[in-house]
Amino acid sequence: MTAAVAFFYLFSMIMLASAFMVIAARNPVHSVLFLILAFVNAAGLFMLAGAEFLGMILIVVYVGAVAVLFLFVVMMLDVDFAEMKRGFLQVLPIGAIIGGIVAIELILVVGSWTVAPAGSAPVGSPITPGVTNTVALGRVLYTQYIYLFQAAGLVLLTAMVGAIVLTLRHKVVKRQVIAEQNARTQASVVEIKKVPFRAGV
Amino acid sequence: MYPLSFSIAHALPETILAVGALLLILVGAIRGEKSAPLVAELAIGLLTLALVVIFIGAKTTATVFDGAFIDDQFARYMKALVLIGSIVTLILSRDFLRRENIDQFEFPVLVMLSTLGMLMLTSANSLISLYLGLELMSLALYVVASFHRDNLKASEAGLKYFVLGALSSGMLLYGASLIYGYAGSVSFPGIAAALKSGPAIGVVFGLVFLLAGLAFKMSTVPFHMWTPDVYEGAPTPVTAFFASAPKMAAVAITLRTVMVAFPNITHEWRQIVMFISVASMALGSFAAIGQTNIKRLMAYSSIGHMGFALVGLAAANAAGVEGVAIYLAIYLVTTLGVFAAIVAMRVQGRSVENISDLAGLSRTDGWMAFFMAMLMFSLAGIPPMAGFFAKYYAFLAAVQAGLTPLAVIGVLLSTVAAFYYLRIVKVMYFDEAAPAFDRAPFAVRAVCAVATALVFCFWVYPAPIVEAATNAARAFF
Amino acid sequence: MYQSIVFLPLLGFLIAGFSGNRLGARATEIITTGLLFVSGVLSWAVFADIGLGHGQASAPILSNWITSGGLRVDWALRIDSLTAVMLVVVTSVSSLVHLYSIGYMHEDPSRPRFFGYLSLFTFAMLMLVTADNLVQMFFGWEGVGLASYLLIGFWYEKPSACAAAIKAFVVNRVGDFGFALGIFLVFVLTGSVSFDAIFAAAPGLAHKSVSVFGFEWDAWTITCLLLFMGAMGKSAQFLLHTWLPDAMEGPTPVSALIHAATMVTAGVFMVARLSPLFELSPVAQGFVVVIGATTAIFAATVGLVQNDIKRVIAYSTCSQLGYMFVALGVGGYAIGIFHLFTHAFFKALLFLGAGSVIHAMHHEQDMRNMGGLRKDIPFTFWMMTIGTLALTGFPFTAGYYSKDAIIESAYAAGAHSSAATYGFLMTLLAAGLTSFYSWRLVFMTFFGSRHVTADEHGHAANDDHAHDDHGHGGHTPHESPLVMLIPLATLALGALFAGLAFSGDFIGHRFDEFWKGTVAENHIMHAMHEIPGYVGYLPTVLMIVGFLVALWFYILAPGTADRLARANPVLYRFLLNKWYFDELYDVLFVRPAFWLGRLFWKGGDGRVIDGLGPDGVSARVIDIARGAARLQTGYLYHYAFAMLIGVAAFITWYLLGGVR
Repeated sequence: MTAAVAFFYLFSMIMLASAFMVIAARNPVHSVLFLILAFVNAAGLFMLAGAEFLGMILIVVYVGAVAVLFLFVVMMLDVDFAEMKRGFLQVLPIGAIIGGIVAIELILVVGSWTVAPAGSAPVGSPITPGVTNTVALGRVLYTQYIYLFQAAGLVLLTAMVGAIVLTLRHKVVKRQVIAEQNARTQASVVEIKKVPFRAGV
Repeated sequence: MYPLSFSIAHALPETILAVGALLLILVGAIRGEKSAPLVAELAIGLLTLALVVIFIGAKTTATVFDGAFIDDQFARYMKALVLIGSIVTLILSRDFLRRENIDQFEFPVLVMLSTLGMLMLTSANSLISLYLGLELMSLALYVVASFHRDNLKASEAGLKYFVLGALSSGMLLYGASLIYGYAGSVSFPGIAAALKSGPAIGVVFGLVFLLAGLAFKMSTVPFHMWTPDVYEGAPTPVTAFFASAPKMAAVAITLRTVMVAFPNITHEWRQIVMFISVASMALGSFAAIGQTNIKRLMAYSSIGHMGFALVGLAAANAAGVEGVAIYLAIYLVTTLGVFAAIVAMRVQGRSVENISDLAGLSRTDGWMAFFMAMLMFSLAGIPPMAGFFAKYYAFLAAVQAGLTPLAVIGVLLSTVAAFYYLRIVKVMYFDEAAPAFDRAPFAVRAVCAVATALVFCFWVYPAPIVEAATNAARAFF
Repeated sequence: MYQSIVFLPLLGFLIAGFSGNRLGARATEIITTGLLFVSGVLSWAVFADIGLGHGQASAPILSNWITSGGLRVDWALRIDSLTAVMLVVVTSVSSLVHLYSIGYMHEDPSRPRFFGYLSLFTFAMLMLVTADNLVQMFFGWEGVGLASYLLIGFWYEKPSACAAAIKAFVVNRVGDFGFALGIFLVFVLTGSVSFDAIFAAAPGLAHKSVSVFGFEWDAWTITCLLLFMGAMGKSAQFLLHTWLPDAMEGPTPVSALIHAATMVTAGVFMVARLSPLFELSPVAQGFVVVIGATTAIFAATVGLVQNDIKRVIAYSTCSQLGYMFVALGVGGYAIGIFHLFTHAFFKALLFLGAGSVIHAMHHEQDMRNMGGLRKDIPFTFWMMTIGTLALTGFPFTAGYYSKDAIIESAYAAGAHSSAATYGFLMTLLAAGLTSFYSWRLVFMTFFGSRHVTADEHGHAANDDHAHDDHGHGGHTPHESPLVMLIPLATLALGALFAGLAFSGDFIGHRFDEFWKGTVAENHIMHAMHEIPGYVGYLPTVLMIVGFLVALWFYILAPGTADRLARANPVLYRFLLNKWYFDELYDVLFVRPAFWLGRLFWKGGDGRVIDGLGPDGVSARVIDIARGAARLQTGYLYHYAFAMLIGVAAFITWYLLGGVR
C-alpha cells in the first residue's frame, strides 16, 4: 500500500506541476510537451486506481494522437504567443487577485469537506473479479449507459460535421473527361459570324 | 430496468431526430451540393414529426435509461417550444442562406443535432446527461454561429462563442464534480436525497459553478458577454435560433436542476437566481438603449427577457414555474416574429441590420411595420399584448412568494426597456422613410403575421397555453 | 319654445363650427343669423306672454346634471319676467349683431368661425339667464367668458388681441374665483344650489355667522360679497375693470354684443337674480353702491380724454354698468334691470354706429384723425346722435327714464344710507361727464374739418385689421351697406322709445304685474316718487351743461381742450392713463406673478422636478446605457474575466454568510 500511496503523490505532484507549466511555459512547444507529461501522469493515476483500460486509452488517444496533433499544429502555425500575452499581462494583477481569492475560498471549503455522506450509494459499478476492465466497461456502456454513450457519439459526430463545414472547401478542379473530348466536333465548337464590311465590330 | 422499446417510446422525438440527422447526412453526402433544399425540407418535416409525436405521444411520466432521462409534462412542454423554435428557424433560413450563398445541407443537419441536444437537455435527469445534452446543443451552435465562414464577423462570433462556451462548460463540469463529490450521486433525485439534511458550503459552491455554466447558455448577467457580439455576427436566422430554442432548453434545465436536485436549498440558489435576474433585467434594459444595430438590440432584449423569466423561477413555487413556462412560450413566439421581420430587412438584395434602416417602414410596407410594432409592444409588455401577460404571471408568482421587491424592480426596469422598443415603433412610423425593403418571401411574412396574431390574440384565448403551463408546473409539485 | 330659444343658437354654433368651411361663409352667415332671428322672435313672444301678459313663470327641468351626495344639479330653463327681459335683450341684440356682422366682417376670411363664436356666445348667455341654479349659471358664466375670450382674440395674428383676450380671461378668473367661492358658501349654508330652495332658506339664515380666515362674518354678507366679486369681474367694475377697454381689440360687433349689451350685464343680472340674498345684507348692498358709484365716476373721467372711438364707448359702458350697480345696491333691482334693458339698445347702437364709422374710415379708430364725417355718412351720423341722446338722458329717450330713475332712487335711499348719498353724488356728476364725453365723441367725429388727408389714414398703428383690400377706388369715407344700417335703425328705435314704452311696466305703475315678484321688492320704488322735484331735474341740467361745455370746447372754440390739458398736465396724464390702474396692477400682480411663475418654472419645475424627475432620470438612464454598452469591449479575455469575477463574487458571497 505504501508504494501505491507514494506513487499516487508522485504522479499527482508531477501532474499538477506540469499542468502549471502548460500555461506558464513561454514556448508553446514546451507547453504541449508538458501537457503530454500531465497526460502520462494521469494515466498512471488511472493505473493505480485499477482502471487499466482508461489509463491505456489516455496514453493511446490523448498522448499518441491528440497531443501529437497539437504539437504539429503548434509547430506549423507560427503563433506569436508573446504578442498574445501582452494583454494578458495587463490584467494579470487583478486576475491574480481574483484567482487567489477563489483559490483560498476553495481551500477553505475543502477543509470542511465531507465526502459523500451516508445515504447515497456510490455510482461506480462494482468490480467483478475475473472480468477485465474492457469487458466490464463494454457491459455497462451498451446497457446501463447506452443513452449517454450514444449521446457522446452524437457529440463527436457533430464535432466532425462542424469541422468539415467550417474548413472543407470544394476546389473547382478541371477534370479530364475523355468521352467529351472525343465527342467534340467542329460544328459544336466553332461558330462563323458574318461581319459587315468596314463597319467595325 | 425497462425494456429498450419502452425507453425509446418515451424518447421517441429524440430518436426521430437522431436517426433523421444521420439519414440526412447520408442524403446530403450522396446527393452533394444540390441537396440543400431537399435536406432542409426533410429536416423541417422531421422536426414537425417530432413535434407531432410530443403532442400525440404518451402523457405519462417516466424515468428511463437508468435514470438519466425523464419524460414528463414539463419536458414535453419545453420540447414543444424548442421544436417550434427550430422549425421556424429553418423556415426563415432557407431563403436567407440561399441569398447569402451559404446554402449548404449541413445547416439543417446541424440545427437538427443542436435541437436533439436541446431535447436531451430538457429531459436530462442527471448531471451526465445534462452535460452531454448541453455539449451536443452547444457544439452545433458554435458551428452554425460561424456558418458564414467567409464573413469575418461570423467567424469572430463563432470563435468567441466557442472559447467562452468552453470556459462555461469547464465551470459547469467543475461544479458538477463538486456536487458529485459531496452528494455521491449524479442523478438529480439522488442529489436531492443527499441534501435532505440541509446545505453544505461545498455543494453550494458546486451549485454556483453549475449555475454559472447554465447562466451562460441562458445568456444572463454576468455570463452574457458573448451575446451581443455573437448575435450581431451570426447570420440572422442563426441569431433567431440562438434567441429562441437554446434559451428554452437552457431555462428548462436550469429550472429542472434547481427544482429537482436542489429543492432543499431553495434559499441558497434563490439568491443567485435573484441576483442574475435583477442584473439581467437591468443590463437588458439599459444597455439596449444605445444600440444602433437591431440584432445587437435584440441580444440585450433577450438578456433582459431571460431576467424577467427568472423572476418566476426565483419564486420557486408552482405559480413561478407556470409563470416561467408561460413567459418562455410568449417570448418564443414574439422573438421569432421579430426575427422574421429582421430577416425580411433586405434592400436591393443586401441584408441590412441597422435600426435606422427601419425608418418610415409604415409608409413603404405598412403590414410589416404593423407586425413589428405589435411585436415590439408585446416585448415592451404593453397590454393587451401577450408580453404583458407574460410579465404579469412572472411577477404575480414573485409577489405570491413574498418577493415583492423583485417584482417592483422588474416592473420599473420594464418601463426603462419600453423606451427602446417604442423607439423602434417611433422610427418606423414617424421618421423619414429609408429605402424600401425588398418584398420578403411568403414564408417569412407568414411567420411574422402568425406571431403577431398569436401575440395579439393571447388575451382572447389564453387557455391552451396557461393550461399546458399549469400541467407542466405540476411535474415538480 | 323655451328650448328653441336657448338651443337654436347652439345649433347654429354646431353647424358653423363643424361644417362652416364646407358650407361656405355665406351659408353659415345665413344659417346662424336666421336661427338667431327665430330665437329673437320667440323671445319677444315669451316677453309678451310672461312679462306683459299673464303667463306663469316656470322652470322645466330638462335633465339631471350632477347628483353627488346632497348636491343635486339639474339642467333647467327658468323662465320668468327677469329672464324674459334678458332673453329679449340677448336675442335681439345678438340677432342684430349677427346681421350687422355680415356687412362688417365681409372681408374676413374666417367668417364661419366668427359666426360660430357669436352663436356660441349667445347660447352660453342664454344658458346663463335661464339658469335655475347657481351651477348652471356658472356654466353659462364661464361659457360667455370663453366665447368672449375667443372673440376678443378673434384676430389672433395680432399680439395685442391675444394679450387683450388673455387679460380679459385672467381678470375674469379673479372674479369667477369669488363667484365660485360664493356658490360653495351658498351650498354650505342652504344645502342647495337651486334658486327656489336658496331663497326659501335664506331668511331663516339671516344673522347667522360663519368663520372665514379666523374672523366671524355675517353669513350672507360674506356670501354676497363673494358673489358680487364675480359680478365685478364680469361687469368690469372698479378694480376689476381693466380688461374691458382692452377687449376693444375684438371686432366691433363683438364689442357691441358682448362688451356693451349682454355679457358685461351678466353681473347685473346675477345680482338682480339673487336680490333676495342681497336684501339680507345691508353691508353688501352698501359695498355694491360704493363700487358702482366709483366705477361710474371713474370711467366717466377716463372717458373724457380717450381718443380711440371704441375706448370712449367702452369707458362709457363701464360707467353705465356702475349706474346699474348703484341702482341694485340701493334696492332698485327693477331700475337696474331697466337700465340694463335700455342701455343694451343705445350702447349697442353706439358701438355699431362706431363700427360703421370705423368701417367708413377703413378701420381707423382714432378720433383725432376723423372729423366732418356727417356729410359723408349722414345716416350713421344720425344714428350716433340718437344713441348719444339716449345715453346722455335727453328727455323721453330711453336713457332719460332709466338713468334718471337710478339717480332719483339713489337720492331717495340716501335718507337711510351714506353709501347711497355717495352713489347719488357720483352718478349725478357722472351724468354731466357722460354728456360731455358723448358729445365730444360726436363733435370730434362728425363735425369740424378732416384732420388728416385721405392718403395718410388707415395704416397707422391703430389699424384694426390687415385686410384693407377694399375694392374702392379712392379713400373717401363711405356709407355702410344696408345690412349694417338696418340693425342701426332698429336699435335706434329701441334707443328712442324703449323707455317711453316700457317704463310703466319696469318701474312704473305696472311694476307688480310685470315683475311678479321675481326681484326682491322694497320701499325704494315708492320712496323715489316722493323726492323733491328739483332732484328730478338735476340730471337733465347736468346733461345740458355737459353738452354746452363740449360744444364750446370742440365747436365754438376748438383748441380749448388742448389748452386745458396743457394747463393741467398731471391731471390729464392721470386720466389718459386710466388712473394708472394697468401700471399699478402690473407692479402689484403681474410682475410678482411672472416672477413667481418663472421661479417655479425655471427653479421648481425645470431644476427640481425635471432635473430630479424625467430629465434627470433619462439623463442617468443614458449614462448607464452608455456605461453598460462600454462594458462590451469586444475582447474575449474581458468577457471570460467577467464570467470569472461573477463566479468569484457568488462564492465569496456564500462564504461570507449567504448560506444559512
